[in-house]
Amino acid sequence: MPSDRASKEGNRTVVECHAVVKSFASVHVLRAVDLEVKESEVLCILGPSGAGKSTLLRCINHLEGIDGGWIKVTDQIIGYELRGGKLHELSERAVRRQRGLCGMVFQHFNLFPHFTALQNVMLGPVEILKEPRGEVEARSRLLLDRVGLASKVSAYPSQLSGGQQQRVAIARALAMNPRVLLFDEPTSALDPEVVGEVLRVMLELAEEGRTMIVVTHEVGFAREAADRVAFMFDGRITEIGLARAVLEKPSEARTAEFLSHVLV
Amino acid sequence: MRSHDGTGEQPGRSGSTSLTADSAPPFEPSSAGGRTSTYEIVRRKHPWRFAAAIAVLLLLALLAYGAANAHQLHWSVTGHYLFNRSVLTGVLRTLEITAAAMLLGLALGVIFGIMRSSHNPVLRGVAWLYVWAFRGTPIILQLFLWFNLALIFPRIDIPGIVRGTTVNLITPFLAALLGFGINEGAYMSEIIRGGLLSVPPGQTEAALSLGASHAWTTRRIVLPQAFRVILPAIGNDTLQMLKLTSLAAFISFNELFGTTESIYYANSEVIELLLVAGAWYLVASSVLSVVQYYVERKFGRGFQRGRQQALVERVVLRAMVRLRTRAV
Ligand SMILES: Nc1ncnc2c1ncn2[C@@H]1O[C@H](COP(=O)(O)OP(=O)(O)OP(=O)(O)O)[C@@H](O)[C@H]1O
Ligand SMILES: [Mg+2]
Repeated sequence: MPSDRASKEGNRTVVECHAVVKSFASVHVLRAVDLEVKESEVLCILGPSGAGKSTLLRCINHLEGIDGGWIKVTDQIIGYELRGGKLHELSERAVRRQRGLCGMVFQHFNLFPHFTALQNVMLGPVEILKEPRGEVEARSRLLLDRVGLASKVSAYPSQLSGGQQQRVAIARALAMNPRVLLFDEPTSALDPEVVGEVLRVMLELAEEGRTMIVVTHEVGFAREAADRVAFMFDGRITEIGLARAVLEKPSEARTAEFLSHVLV
Repeated sequence: MRSHDGTGEQPGRSGSTSLTADSAPPFEPSSAGGRTSTYEIVRRKHPWRFAAAIAVLLLLALLAYGAANAHQLHWSVTGHYLFNRSVLTGVLRTLEITAAAMLLGLALGVIFGIMRSSHNPVLRGVAWLYVWAFRGTPIILQLFLWFNLALIFPRIDIPGIVRGTTVNLITPFLAALLGFGINEGAYMSEIIRGGLLSVPPGQTEAALSLGASHAWTTRRIVLPQAFRVILPAIGNDTLQMLKLTSLAAFISFNELFGTTESIYYANSEVIELLLVAGAWYLVASSVLSVVQYYVERKFGRGFQRGRQQALVERVVLRAMVRLRTRAV
Protein backbone atom coordinates (compact mmCIF):
# COMPACT_ATOMS: atom_id res chain seq x y z
CA MET A 1 0.00 0.00 0.00
CA PRO A 2 1.34 3.43 -0.78
CA SER A 3 1.83 5.21 2.44
CA ASP A 4 -0.07 8.30 3.06
CA ARG A 5 0.86 11.09 0.73
CA ALA A 6 0.17 13.75 3.35
CA SER A 7 2.89 12.41 5.59
CA LYS A 8 5.50 12.89 2.88
CA GLU A 9 4.52 16.41 1.87
CA GLY A 10 6.42 17.80 4.80
CA ASN A 11 9.46 15.54 4.33
CA ARG A 12 12.81 16.88 3.30
CA THR A 13 13.45 17.20 -0.40
CA VAL A 14 15.88 14.53 -1.62
CA VAL A 15 15.96 15.16 -5.37
CA GLU A 16 15.22 18.46 -7.00
CA CYS A 17 15.48 19.23 -10.70
CA HIS A 18 15.13 22.81 -11.83
CA ALA A 19 14.70 23.71 -15.51
CA VAL A 20 17.03 20.90 -16.56
CA VAL A 21 18.02 21.08 -20.19
CA LYS A 22 20.00 18.44 -22.07
CA SER A 23 20.69 17.92 -25.73
CA PHE A 24 22.79 15.54 -27.77
CA ALA A 25 24.18 17.53 -30.69
CA SER A 26 21.05 19.09 -32.12
CA VAL A 27 18.56 16.74 -30.45
CA HIS A 28 16.84 18.33 -27.46
CA VAL A 29 16.27 15.44 -25.09
CA LEU A 30 15.32 17.32 -21.93
CA ARG A 31 13.56 20.68 -22.29
CA ALA A 32 13.27 22.36 -18.90
CA VAL A 33 12.41 19.50 -16.57
CA ASP A 34 11.22 20.49 -13.09
CA LEU A 35 10.84 17.81 -10.48
CA GLU A 36 10.90 17.46 -6.73
CA VAL A 37 11.02 14.16 -4.84
CA LYS A 38 10.61 14.07 -1.07
CA GLU A 39 12.19 11.69 1.39
CA SER A 40 10.48 8.25 1.37
CA GLU A 41 8.55 9.16 -1.71
CA VAL A 42 8.14 6.80 -4.68
CA LEU A 43 7.82 8.55 -8.02
CA CYS A 44 7.07 6.57 -11.15
CA ILE A 45 7.89 8.11 -14.50
CA LEU A 46 5.90 6.88 -17.49
CA GLY A 47 6.12 7.94 -21.08
CA PRO A 48 6.77 6.79 -24.63
CA SER A 49 10.12 5.63 -25.95
CA GLY A 50 12.51 8.49 -26.63
CA ALA A 51 10.78 10.86 -24.22
CA GLY A 52 14.03 11.31 -22.27
CA LYS A 53 13.25 9.22 -19.19
CA SER A 54 16.57 7.37 -19.14
CA THR A 55 18.45 10.56 -19.88
CA LEU A 56 16.82 12.26 -16.90
CA LEU A 57 17.91 9.44 -14.57
CA ARG A 58 21.41 9.46 -16.03
CA CYS A 59 21.65 13.21 -15.44
CA ILE A 60 20.60 12.77 -11.81
CA ASN A 61 23.78 10.81 -11.07
CA HIS A 62 25.85 12.72 -13.60
CA LEU A 63 26.45 9.85 -15.99
CA GLU A 64 25.53 12.64 -18.40
CA GLY A 65 26.33 16.31 -17.88
CA ILE A 66 23.52 18.83 -18.34
CA ASP A 67 23.34 21.91 -20.55
CA GLY A 68 21.13 24.10 -18.38
CA GLY A 69 19.28 24.29 -15.07
CA TRP A 70 20.48 22.33 -12.07
CA ILE A 71 19.89 19.09 -10.18
CA LYS A 72 20.21 18.75 -6.44
CA VAL A 73 20.35 15.51 -4.45
CA THR A 74 19.99 16.24 -0.74
CA ASP A 75 21.69 19.65 -0.52
CA GLN A 76 24.34 19.07 -3.19
CA ILE A 77 24.22 20.35 -6.75
CA ILE A 78 25.07 17.30 -8.83
CA GLY A 79 28.17 17.54 -11.00
CA TYR A 80 28.66 21.26 -10.59
CA GLU A 81 29.66 23.85 -8.09
CA LEU A 82 28.18 27.34 -7.89
CA ARG A 83 30.97 29.91 -7.96
CA GLY A 84 30.60 33.54 -8.95
CA GLY A 85 27.13 33.02 -10.39
CA LYS A 86 28.28 30.18 -12.64
CA LEU A 87 28.09 26.40 -12.41
CA HIS A 88 31.60 24.97 -12.75
CA GLU A 89 31.89 21.27 -13.47
CA LEU A 90 33.27 19.42 -10.45
CA SER A 91 36.45 17.35 -10.36
CA GLU A 92 36.10 13.67 -11.18
CA ARG A 93 36.78 12.82 -7.56
CA ALA A 94 33.97 15.04 -6.29
CA VAL A 95 31.58 13.64 -8.90
CA ARG A 96 32.44 10.13 -7.73
CA ARG A 97 31.65 11.02 -4.14
CA GLN A 98 28.28 12.43 -5.20
CA ARG A 99 27.41 9.28 -7.13
CA GLY A 100 27.20 7.53 -3.78
CA LEU A 101 23.99 9.48 -3.14
CA CYS A 102 22.15 7.59 -5.89
CA GLY A 103 21.82 3.86 -6.40
CA MET A 104 21.11 2.90 -9.98
CA VAL A 105 19.34 -0.20 -11.28
CA PHE A 106 19.55 -0.75 -15.02
CA GLN A 107 17.24 -2.34 -17.54
CA HIS A 108 19.88 -4.90 -18.48
CA PHE A 109 21.10 -5.46 -14.88
CA ASN A 110 24.75 -4.80 -15.83
CA LEU A 111 26.05 -7.20 -13.21
CA PHE A 112 29.78 -7.86 -13.44
CA PRO A 113 29.90 -11.30 -15.07
CA HIS A 114 33.33 -12.24 -13.71
CA PHE A 115 32.24 -11.84 -10.08
CA THR A 116 29.79 -13.93 -8.05
CA ALA A 117 26.54 -12.49 -6.75
CA LEU A 118 28.10 -11.79 -3.35
CA GLN A 119 31.20 -10.24 -4.91
CA ASN A 120 29.01 -8.02 -7.08
CA VAL A 121 27.29 -6.69 -3.96
CA MET A 122 30.49 -6.33 -1.92
CA LEU A 123 32.70 -4.79 -4.58
CA GLY A 124 31.49 -1.19 -4.23
CA PRO A 125 31.58 -0.89 -0.43
CA VAL A 126 34.91 -2.74 -0.09
CA GLU A 127 36.91 -1.39 -3.00
CA ILE A 128 35.33 1.99 -3.62
CA LEU A 129 34.11 3.09 -0.20
CA LYS A 130 36.97 1.19 1.50
CA GLU A 131 34.73 -0.21 4.22
CA PRO A 132 36.00 -3.19 6.25
CA ARG A 133 35.47 -6.43 4.35
CA GLY A 134 33.99 -8.45 7.22
CA GLU A 135 31.30 -5.90 7.95
CA VAL A 136 30.46 -5.52 4.27
CA GLU A 137 30.23 -9.26 3.76
CA ALA A 138 27.78 -9.69 6.62
CA ARG A 139 25.67 -6.81 5.32
CA SER A 140 25.80 -8.08 1.74
CA ARG A 141 24.67 -11.55 2.75
CA LEU A 142 21.75 -9.99 4.60
CA LEU A 143 20.85 -7.95 1.54
CA LEU A 144 20.98 -10.98 -0.74
CA ASP A 145 18.84 -12.83 1.77
CA ARG A 146 16.35 -9.96 1.74
CA VAL A 147 15.97 -10.14 -2.03
CA GLY A 148 15.46 -13.90 -1.69
CA LEU A 149 18.85 -15.04 -2.99
CA ALA A 150 20.55 -16.37 0.13
CA SER A 151 21.23 -19.65 -1.68
CA LYS A 152 22.79 -17.95 -4.70
CA VAL A 153 25.60 -16.00 -3.06
CA SER A 154 28.33 -17.84 -4.92
CA ALA A 155 26.56 -18.09 -8.27
CA TYR A 156 27.93 -16.15 -11.22
CA PRO A 157 25.46 -13.90 -13.08
CA SER A 158 25.43 -16.29 -16.04
CA GLN A 159 24.05 -18.97 -13.74
CA LEU A 160 21.12 -16.80 -12.63
CA SER A 161 17.81 -16.07 -14.31
CA GLY A 162 17.04 -12.51 -15.39
CA GLY A 163 14.83 -11.93 -12.37
CA GLN A 164 17.53 -13.21 -10.02
CA GLN A 165 20.15 -11.06 -11.70
CA GLN A 166 18.01 -7.97 -11.33
CA ARG A 167 17.49 -8.73 -7.63
CA VAL A 168 21.27 -9.01 -7.19
CA ALA A 169 21.56 -5.66 -8.97
CA ILE A 170 19.10 -4.15 -6.49
CA ALA A 171 21.12 -5.57 -3.59
CA ARG A 172 24.27 -4.15 -5.15
CA ALA A 173 22.69 -0.70 -5.28
CA LEU A 174 21.41 -0.98 -1.70
CA ALA A 175 24.83 -2.01 -0.37
CA MET A 176 26.12 1.48 -1.09
CA ASN A 177 23.51 2.99 1.27
CA PRO A 178 22.23 5.49 -1.29
CA ARG A 179 19.82 8.30 -0.43
CA VAL A 180 17.70 7.63 -3.51
CA LEU A 181 17.26 4.62 -5.78
CA LEU A 182 16.97 5.20 -9.52
CA PHE A 183 15.36 2.39 -11.52
CA ASP A 184 15.48 2.52 -15.31
CA GLU A 185 12.86 0.10 -16.65
CA PRO A 186 14.00 -2.62 -14.24
CA THR A 187 11.58 -5.23 -15.58
CA SER A 188 11.53 -4.46 -19.30
CA ALA A 189 14.19 -7.03 -20.16
CA LEU A 190 12.62 -9.81 -18.08
CA ASP A 191 10.48 -12.77 -19.04
CA PRO A 192 6.89 -12.13 -17.94
CA GLU A 193 6.95 -14.89 -15.33
CA VAL A 194 9.80 -13.32 -13.34
CA VAL A 195 8.64 -9.69 -13.51
CA GLY A 196 6.61 -10.24 -10.35
CA GLU A 197 9.52 -11.30 -8.15
CA VAL A 198 11.44 -8.11 -8.98
CA LEU A 199 8.41 -5.87 -8.51
CA ARG A 200 7.74 -7.52 -5.16
CA VAL A 201 11.23 -6.61 -3.93
CA MET A 202 10.74 -3.05 -5.16
CA LEU A 203 7.38 -2.84 -3.44
CA GLU A 204 8.98 -3.89 -0.16
CA LEU A 205 11.61 -1.20 -0.56
CA ALA A 206 8.86 1.35 -1.16
CA GLU A 207 7.04 0.20 1.96
CA GLU A 208 10.09 0.53 4.14
CA GLY A 209 10.32 4.15 3.16
CA ARG A 210 13.06 4.23 0.52
CA THR A 211 13.13 7.22 -1.77
CA MET A 212 12.73 5.89 -5.30
CA ILE A 213 12.42 7.19 -8.83
CA VAL A 214 11.21 4.42 -11.09
CA VAL A 215 10.99 4.65 -14.86
CA THR A 216 8.61 1.88 -15.80
CA HIS A 217 5.90 0.67 -18.13
CA GLU A 218 4.28 -1.33 -15.32
CA VAL A 219 1.17 0.72 -14.63
CA GLY A 220 0.04 -1.85 -12.08
CA PHE A 221 3.22 -1.30 -10.10
CA ALA A 222 2.83 2.46 -10.35
CA ARG A 223 -0.70 2.24 -9.03
CA GLU A 224 0.30 0.05 -6.13
CA ALA A 225 3.67 1.46 -5.10
CA ALA A 226 3.92 5.03 -6.31
CA ASP A 227 2.98 8.10 -4.32
CA ARG A 228 3.08 10.20 -7.43
CA VAL A 229 3.25 9.49 -11.13
CA ALA A 230 4.83 11.71 -13.75
CA PHE A 231 4.34 11.54 -17.51
CA MET A 232 7.14 12.52 -19.83
CA PHE A 233 6.64 13.42 -23.46
CA ASP A 234 9.28 14.79 -25.75
CA GLY A 235 11.68 16.01 -23.06
CA ARG A 236 9.10 17.53 -20.76
CA ILE A 237 7.10 16.41 -17.76
CA THR A 238 3.62 17.05 -19.05
CA GLU A 239 1.63 15.80 -16.12
CA ILE A 240 2.45 14.92 -12.54
CA GLY A 241 0.25 14.17 -9.59
CA LEU A 242 -0.98 11.61 -7.09
CA ALA A 243 -0.73 8.13 -8.56
CA ARG A 244 -4.39 7.23 -8.43
CA ALA A 245 -5.57 10.58 -9.71
CA VAL A 246 -3.21 10.64 -12.69
CA LEU A 247 -3.69 7.01 -13.64
CA GLU A 248 -7.47 7.07 -13.34
CA LYS A 249 -8.37 10.59 -14.40
CA PRO A 250 -5.51 12.05 -16.41
CA SER A 251 -6.10 15.69 -17.24
CA GLU A 252 -4.03 15.61 -20.42
CA ALA A 253 -5.31 13.97 -23.57
CA ARG A 254 -1.80 12.65 -24.37
CA THR A 255 -1.59 10.94 -20.99
CA ALA A 256 -4.98 9.32 -21.46
CA GLU A 257 -3.98 8.08 -24.88
CA PHE A 258 -0.66 6.70 -23.65
CA LEU A 259 -2.38 4.90 -20.79
CA SER A 260 -4.93 3.35 -23.10
CA HIS A 261 -2.05 1.85 -25.09
CA VAL A 262 -0.15 0.56 -22.08
CA LEU A 263 -3.18 -0.86 -20.34
CA VAL A 264 -4.42 -3.11 -23.13
CA MET B 1 2.46 -41.14 -47.39
CA ARG B 2 2.52 -44.83 -48.16
CA SER B 3 4.79 -47.34 -46.60
CA HIS B 4 7.06 -49.24 -48.88
CA ASP B 5 5.89 -52.74 -48.19
CA GLY B 6 2.44 -51.90 -49.51
CA THR B 7 0.52 -53.28 -46.59
CA GLY B 8 -0.85 -49.85 -45.86
CA GLU B 9 0.56 -49.80 -42.40
CA GLN B 10 2.16 -46.47 -41.62
CA PRO B 11 4.85 -46.83 -39.02
CA GLY B 12 5.04 -43.11 -38.28
CA ARG B 13 1.39 -42.91 -37.40
CA SER B 14 0.93 -46.11 -35.46
CA GLY B 15 1.32 -44.21 -32.20
CA SER B 16 -1.45 -41.71 -32.81
CA THR B 17 -4.12 -44.38 -33.06
CA SER B 18 -3.05 -45.97 -29.83
CA LEU B 19 -3.18 -42.55 -28.20
CA THR B 20 -6.91 -42.28 -28.83
CA ALA B 21 -7.59 -45.94 -28.29
CA ASP B 22 -6.01 -46.31 -24.91
CA SER B 23 -3.40 -44.72 -22.67
CA ALA B 24 -0.37 -46.38 -24.27
CA PRO B 25 2.57 -44.00 -24.82
CA PRO B 26 2.31 -42.46 -28.30
CA PHE B 27 5.68 -43.59 -29.58
CA GLU B 28 5.61 -47.16 -28.38
CA PRO B 29 6.24 -49.34 -31.41
CA SER B 30 3.09 -51.24 -32.06
CA SER B 31 3.33 -54.76 -33.37
CA ALA B 32 0.39 -55.34 -35.60
CA GLY B 33 0.09 -58.92 -36.90
CA GLY B 34 3.12 -60.07 -34.94
CA ARG B 35 5.41 -57.91 -37.05
CA THR B 36 7.36 -55.13 -35.50
CA SER B 37 6.90 -51.74 -37.14
CA THR B 38 10.38 -50.40 -36.25
CA TYR B 39 13.19 -50.88 -38.72
CA GLU B 40 16.85 -51.47 -38.33
CA ILE B 41 18.88 -48.36 -39.14
CA VAL B 42 21.80 -48.90 -41.50
CA ARG B 43 24.42 -46.20 -41.53
CA ARG B 44 25.79 -44.83 -44.80
CA LYS B 45 29.07 -46.46 -45.86
CA HIS B 46 32.17 -44.35 -46.39
CA PRO B 47 34.46 -46.50 -48.52
CA TRP B 48 36.60 -43.55 -49.67
CA ARG B 49 37.30 -42.38 -46.17
CA PHE B 50 38.82 -45.77 -45.48
CA ALA B 51 40.83 -45.79 -48.70
CA ALA B 52 42.20 -42.30 -48.05
CA ALA B 53 43.28 -43.27 -44.56
CA ILE B 54 45.10 -46.33 -45.90
CA ALA B 55 46.84 -44.26 -48.58
CA VAL B 56 48.00 -41.61 -46.11
CA LEU B 57 49.26 -44.21 -43.66
CA LEU B 58 51.18 -45.93 -46.45
CA LEU B 59 52.84 -42.63 -47.41
CA LEU B 60 53.75 -41.97 -43.79
CA ALA B 61 55.25 -45.43 -43.47
CA LEU B 62 57.33 -44.82 -46.59
CA LEU B 63 58.54 -41.52 -45.18
CA ALA B 64 59.48 -43.13 -41.88
CA TYR B 65 61.24 -45.95 -43.70
CA GLY B 66 63.14 -43.44 -45.82
CA ALA B 67 64.16 -41.39 -42.79
CA ALA B 68 65.29 -44.45 -40.88
CA ASN B 69 67.36 -45.67 -43.81
CA ALA B 70 68.74 -42.31 -44.92
CA HIS B 71 72.38 -43.05 -44.37
CA GLN B 72 73.27 -39.39 -44.92
CA LEU B 73 71.18 -38.57 -41.84
CA HIS B 74 72.99 -39.32 -38.60
CA TRP B 75 70.24 -39.87 -36.07
CA SER B 76 72.80 -40.54 -33.42
CA VAL B 77 74.13 -36.97 -33.85
CA THR B 78 70.61 -35.60 -33.41
CA GLY B 79 70.19 -37.72 -30.31
CA HIS B 80 73.55 -36.68 -28.99
CA TYR B 81 72.91 -32.94 -29.32
CA LEU B 82 69.32 -33.06 -28.08
CA PHE B 83 70.46 -32.71 -24.48
CA ASN B 84 73.74 -30.98 -25.22
CA ARG B 85 74.57 -28.34 -22.63
CA SER B 86 74.75 -25.37 -24.99
CA VAL B 87 71.58 -26.49 -26.78
CA LEU B 88 69.76 -26.57 -23.46
CA THR B 89 71.10 -23.11 -22.66
CA GLY B 90 69.78 -22.00 -26.04
CA VAL B 91 66.33 -23.42 -25.19
CA LEU B 92 66.39 -21.47 -21.93
CA ARG B 93 67.41 -18.26 -23.70
CA THR B 94 64.64 -18.71 -26.26
CA LEU B 95 62.10 -19.10 -23.46
CA GLU B 96 63.55 -16.06 -21.66
CA ILE B 97 63.44 -13.74 -24.63
CA THR B 98 59.96 -14.98 -25.57
CA ALA B 99 58.62 -14.34 -22.07
CA ALA B 100 60.37 -10.98 -21.72
CA ALA B 101 59.26 -9.76 -25.14
CA MET B 102 55.67 -10.88 -24.55
CA LEU B 103 55.58 -9.13 -21.17
CA LEU B 104 56.96 -5.92 -22.64
CA GLY B 105 54.54 -6.27 -25.56
CA LEU B 106 51.63 -6.84 -23.21
CA ALA B 107 52.50 -3.80 -21.08
CA LEU B 108 52.92 -1.59 -24.14
CA GLY B 109 49.81 -3.11 -25.70
CA VAL B 110 47.67 -2.31 -22.66
CA ILE B 111 49.01 1.27 -22.48
CA PHE B 112 48.66 1.99 -26.18
CA GLY B 113 45.42 0.02 -26.51
CA ILE B 114 43.84 2.18 -23.81
CA MET B 115 45.34 5.28 -25.43
CA ARG B 116 43.78 4.34 -28.75
CA SER B 117 40.36 4.08 -27.12
CA SER B 118 40.89 7.39 -25.29
CA HIS B 119 38.83 10.53 -25.86
CA ASN B 120 42.03 12.57 -25.91
CA PRO B 121 42.97 13.15 -29.57
CA VAL B 122 46.68 13.61 -28.79
CA LEU B 123 46.89 10.27 -26.96
CA ARG B 124 44.92 8.61 -29.73
CA GLY B 125 47.18 10.12 -32.37
CA VAL B 126 50.41 9.07 -30.68
CA ALA B 127 49.11 5.53 -30.22
CA TRP B 128 48.11 5.40 -33.86
CA LEU B 129 51.57 6.57 -34.92
CA TYR B 130 53.21 3.85 -32.81
CA VAL B 131 51.11 1.11 -34.34
CA TRP B 132 51.62 2.53 -37.81
CA ALA B 133 55.42 2.63 -37.52
CA PHE B 134 56.08 -0.69 -35.82
CA ARG B 135 53.48 -2.75 -37.60
CA GLY B 136 54.46 -1.31 -40.93
CA THR B 137 58.14 -2.28 -40.97
CA PRO B 138 59.78 -5.73 -40.92
CA ILE B 139 60.78 -7.07 -37.54
CA ILE B 140 64.28 -7.95 -38.78
CA LEU B 141 64.80 -4.30 -39.73
CA GLN B 142 63.70 -3.18 -36.26
CA LEU B 143 66.07 -5.68 -34.63
CA PHE B 144 68.98 -4.32 -36.65
CA LEU B 145 68.00 -0.74 -35.79
CA TRP B 146 68.07 -1.44 -32.05
CA PHE B 147 71.25 -3.47 -32.35
CA ASN B 148 72.98 -0.64 -34.18
CA LEU B 149 71.60 2.15 -32.06
CA ALA B 150 75.17 3.15 -31.23
CA LEU B 151 75.58 4.45 -34.78
CA ILE B 152 73.18 7.33 -34.08
CA PHE B 153 73.40 7.66 -30.31
CA PRO B 154 76.96 6.82 -29.25
CA ARG B 155 76.17 7.58 -25.62
CA ILE B 156 73.00 7.15 -23.63
CA ASP B 157 72.58 9.52 -20.73
CA ILE B 158 69.32 9.52 -18.85
CA PRO B 159 70.11 11.15 -15.51
CA GLY B 160 69.47 8.83 -12.60
CA ILE B 161 68.62 5.82 -14.77
CA VAL B 162 71.35 4.86 -17.22
CA ARG B 163 74.57 6.38 -18.37
CA GLY B 164 77.24 4.91 -20.61
CA THR B 165 78.25 4.07 -24.14
CA THR B 166 75.46 2.61 -26.22
CA VAL B 167 77.61 -0.27 -27.45
CA ASN B 168 78.00 -1.48 -23.87
CA LEU B 169 74.41 -0.84 -22.88
CA ILE B 170 72.61 -2.39 -25.82
CA THR B 171 73.48 -6.05 -25.40
CA PRO B 172 72.14 -8.53 -27.95
CA PHE B 173 69.51 -9.54 -25.40
CA LEU B 174 68.37 -5.96 -24.85
CA ALA B 175 68.29 -5.26 -28.58
CA ALA B 176 66.19 -8.40 -29.09
CA LEU B 177 63.93 -7.47 -26.21
CA LEU B 178 63.36 -3.96 -27.55
CA GLY B 179 62.89 -5.20 -31.09
CA PHE B 180 60.47 -8.01 -30.33
CA GLY B 181 58.72 -6.34 -27.37
CA ILE B 182 58.02 -3.03 -29.04
CA ASN B 183 56.95 -4.74 -32.23
CA GLU B 184 54.65 -7.07 -30.31
CA GLY B 185 53.23 -4.08 -28.39
CA ALA B 186 52.01 -2.61 -31.66
CA TYR B 187 50.08 -5.77 -32.53
CA MET B 188 48.96 -6.27 -28.95
CA SER B 189 47.53 -2.75 -28.67
CA GLU B 190 45.20 -3.56 -31.55
CA ILE B 191 44.18 -6.83 -29.92
CA ILE B 192 43.52 -5.07 -26.64
CA ARG B 193 41.60 -2.28 -28.28
CA GLY B 194 39.34 -4.90 -29.83
CA GLY B 195 38.96 -6.58 -26.45
CA LEU B 196 38.02 -3.31 -24.77
CA LEU B 197 35.41 -2.70 -27.45
CA SER B 198 33.90 -6.12 -26.77
CA VAL B 199 32.93 -5.18 -23.20
CA PRO B 200 29.41 -3.71 -23.17
CA PRO B 201 29.30 -0.02 -22.15
CA GLY B 202 26.74 -0.92 -19.49
CA GLN B 203 29.59 -2.46 -17.47
CA THR B 204 31.42 0.85 -17.28
CA GLU B 205 28.19 2.66 -16.46
CA ALA B 206 27.37 0.28 -13.64
CA ALA B 207 30.84 0.75 -12.17
CA LEU B 208 30.74 4.53 -12.51
CA SER B 209 27.30 4.64 -10.92
CA LEU B 210 28.83 2.92 -7.88
CA GLY B 211 31.19 5.87 -7.60
CA ALA B 212 34.19 4.10 -9.16
CA SER B 213 37.03 5.94 -10.85
CA HIS B 214 37.86 5.38 -14.50
CA ALA B 215 41.13 3.73 -13.52
CA TRP B 216 39.42 1.29 -11.15
CA THR B 217 36.72 0.55 -13.71
CA THR B 218 39.33 -0.24 -16.35
CA ARG B 219 41.41 -2.38 -14.02
CA ARG B 220 38.70 -4.32 -12.19
CA ILE B 221 35.77 -4.42 -14.58
CA VAL B 222 36.74 -3.80 -18.19
CA LEU B 223 40.20 -5.36 -18.58
CA PRO B 224 39.36 -8.72 -16.93
CA GLN B 225 36.40 -9.09 -19.25
CA ALA B 226 38.40 -7.90 -22.23
CA PHE B 227 41.13 -10.43 -21.41
CA ARG B 228 38.75 -13.31 -21.82
CA VAL B 229 38.30 -12.27 -25.43
CA ILE B 230 41.94 -11.29 -25.88
CA LEU B 231 43.59 -14.42 -24.44
CA PRO B 232 43.31 -16.69 -27.47
CA ALA B 233 45.01 -13.96 -29.51
CA ILE B 234 47.73 -13.51 -26.87
CA GLY B 235 48.31 -17.27 -26.87
CA ASN B 236 48.57 -17.19 -30.62
CA ASP B 237 51.06 -14.31 -30.52
CA THR B 238 53.13 -16.08 -27.86
CA LEU B 239 53.44 -19.18 -30.00
CA GLN B 240 54.41 -17.02 -32.92
CA MET B 241 56.93 -15.10 -30.81
CA LEU B 242 58.52 -18.34 -29.63
CA LYS B 243 59.53 -19.11 -33.19
CA LEU B 244 60.08 -15.51 -34.28
CA THR B 245 62.83 -15.14 -31.67
CA SER B 246 65.01 -17.33 -33.90
CA LEU B 247 65.60 -14.12 -35.87
CA ALA B 248 67.63 -12.86 -32.90
CA ALA B 249 70.38 -15.15 -34.12
CA PHE B 250 71.09 -12.46 -36.70
CA ILE B 251 71.97 -9.93 -34.03
CA SER B 252 74.25 -12.49 -32.33
CA PHE B 253 71.86 -13.38 -29.53
CA ASN B 254 72.50 -17.06 -28.97
CA GLU B 255 69.10 -18.51 -28.49
CA LEU B 256 68.10 -22.02 -29.58
CA PHE B 257 68.32 -21.52 -33.33
CA GLY B 258 71.54 -19.49 -33.17
CA THR B 259 73.14 -22.08 -30.94
CA THR B 260 72.36 -25.03 -33.20
CA GLU B 261 73.48 -22.93 -36.14
CA SER B 262 76.89 -22.28 -34.65
CA ILE B 263 77.25 -25.97 -33.85
CA TYR B 264 76.56 -27.07 -37.42
CA TYR B 265 78.92 -24.40 -38.77
CA ALA B 266 81.62 -26.29 -36.88
CA ASN B 267 80.60 -29.92 -37.55
CA SER B 268 78.56 -29.64 -40.78
CA GLU B 269 75.75 -31.84 -39.41
CA VAL B 270 73.20 -29.31 -40.67
CA ILE B 271 69.96 -31.30 -40.86
CA GLU B 272 70.72 -33.21 -37.67
CA LEU B 273 71.02 -30.00 -35.67
CA LEU B 274 68.06 -28.34 -37.35
CA LEU B 275 66.06 -31.37 -36.21
CA VAL B 276 67.32 -30.81 -32.67
CA ALA B 277 66.11 -27.22 -32.77
CA GLY B 278 62.82 -28.27 -34.35
CA ALA B 279 62.19 -30.85 -31.63
CA TRP B 280 62.70 -28.29 -28.88
CA TYR B 281 60.50 -25.70 -30.58
CA LEU B 282 57.77 -28.34 -30.81
CA VAL B 283 58.14 -29.26 -27.15
CA ALA B 284 58.03 -25.61 -26.06
CA SER B 285 55.00 -24.75 -28.19
CA SER B 286 53.14 -27.83 -26.95
CA VAL B 287 53.77 -26.84 -23.34
CA LEU B 288 52.65 -23.29 -24.12
CA SER B 289 49.40 -24.57 -25.60
CA VAL B 290 48.61 -26.39 -22.38
CA VAL B 291 49.47 -23.29 -20.32
CA GLN B 292 47.24 -21.21 -22.57
CA TYR B 293 44.37 -23.59 -21.98
CA TYR B 294 44.59 -23.18 -18.20
CA VAL B 295 44.99 -19.41 -18.31
CA GLU B 296 41.96 -19.14 -20.58
CA ARG B 297 39.97 -21.24 -18.17
CA LYS B 298 40.92 -19.00 -15.25
CA PHE B 299 39.79 -15.85 -17.07
CA GLY B 300 36.68 -17.63 -18.26
CA ARG B 301 35.22 -17.80 -14.76
CA GLY B 302 31.64 -16.67 -14.74
CA PHE B 303 31.20 -17.50 -18.42
CA GLN B 304 30.99 -21.28 -18.28
CA ARG B 305 27.27 -21.92 -18.39
CA GLY B 306 26.54 -24.89 -20.59
CA ARG B 307 30.18 -25.20 -21.47
CA GLN B 308 31.23 -28.55 -22.79
CA GLN B 309 34.54 -29.99 -21.77
CA ALA B 310 36.94 -29.25 -24.56
CA LEU B 311 38.88 -32.08 -26.11
CA VAL B 312 42.16 -30.73 -24.71
CA GLU B 313 40.62 -30.53 -21.29
CA ARG B 314 39.45 -34.14 -21.37
CA VAL B 315 42.84 -35.35 -22.58
CA VAL B 316 44.79 -33.27 -20.06
CA LEU B 317 42.55 -34.15 -17.15
CA ARG B 318 42.69 -37.83 -17.97
CA ALA B 319 46.47 -37.69 -18.23
CA MET B 320 46.68 -35.89 -14.89
CA VAL B 321 44.47 -38.41 -13.18
CA ARG B 322 46.61 -41.21 -14.56
CA LEU B 323 49.83 -39.56 -13.39
CA ARG B 324 48.40 -38.94 -9.96
CA THR B 325 47.17 -42.50 -9.51
CA ARG B 326 50.56 -43.77 -10.61
CA ALA B 327 52.29 -41.52 -8.10
CA VAL B 328 50.17 -42.77 -5.23
N1 LIG C 1 24.27 9.28 -25.99
C1 LIG C 1 23.33 9.74 -26.82
N2 LIG C 1 23.67 10.35 -27.96
C2 LIG C 1 22.74 10.83 -28.81
N3 LIG C 1 21.41 10.76 -28.60
C3 LIG C 1 21.00 10.16 -27.48
C4 LIG C 1 21.92 9.61 -26.52
N4 LIG C 1 21.21 9.08 -25.50
C5 LIG C 1 19.91 9.29 -25.80
N5 LIG C 1 19.77 9.93 -26.97
C6 LIG C 1 18.52 10.34 -27.59
O1 LIG C 1 17.77 10.99 -26.61
C7 LIG C 1 16.39 10.68 -26.75
C8 LIG C 1 15.85 10.23 -25.42
O2 LIG C 1 16.48 9.03 -25.05
P1 LIG C 1 16.13 8.27 -23.70
O3 LIG C 1 16.94 7.04 -23.70
O4 LIG C 1 16.30 9.20 -22.56
O5 LIG C 1 14.61 7.93 -23.89
P2 LIG C 1 13.66 7.03 -22.98
O6 LIG C 1 12.51 7.88 -22.61
O7 LIG C 1 14.44 6.40 -21.90
O8 LIG C 1 13.18 5.94 -24.00
P3 LIG C 1 13.02 4.36 -23.83
O9 LIG C 1 11.65 4.12 -23.28
O10 LIG C 1 13.14 3.85 -25.23
O11 LIG C 1 14.11 3.89 -22.94
C9 LIG C 1 16.27 9.65 -27.83
O12 LIG C 1 15.83 10.31 -29.00
C10 LIG C 1 17.67 9.15 -28.01
O13 LIG C 1 17.90 8.83 -29.34
MG1 LIG D 1 15.14 4.44 -21.48
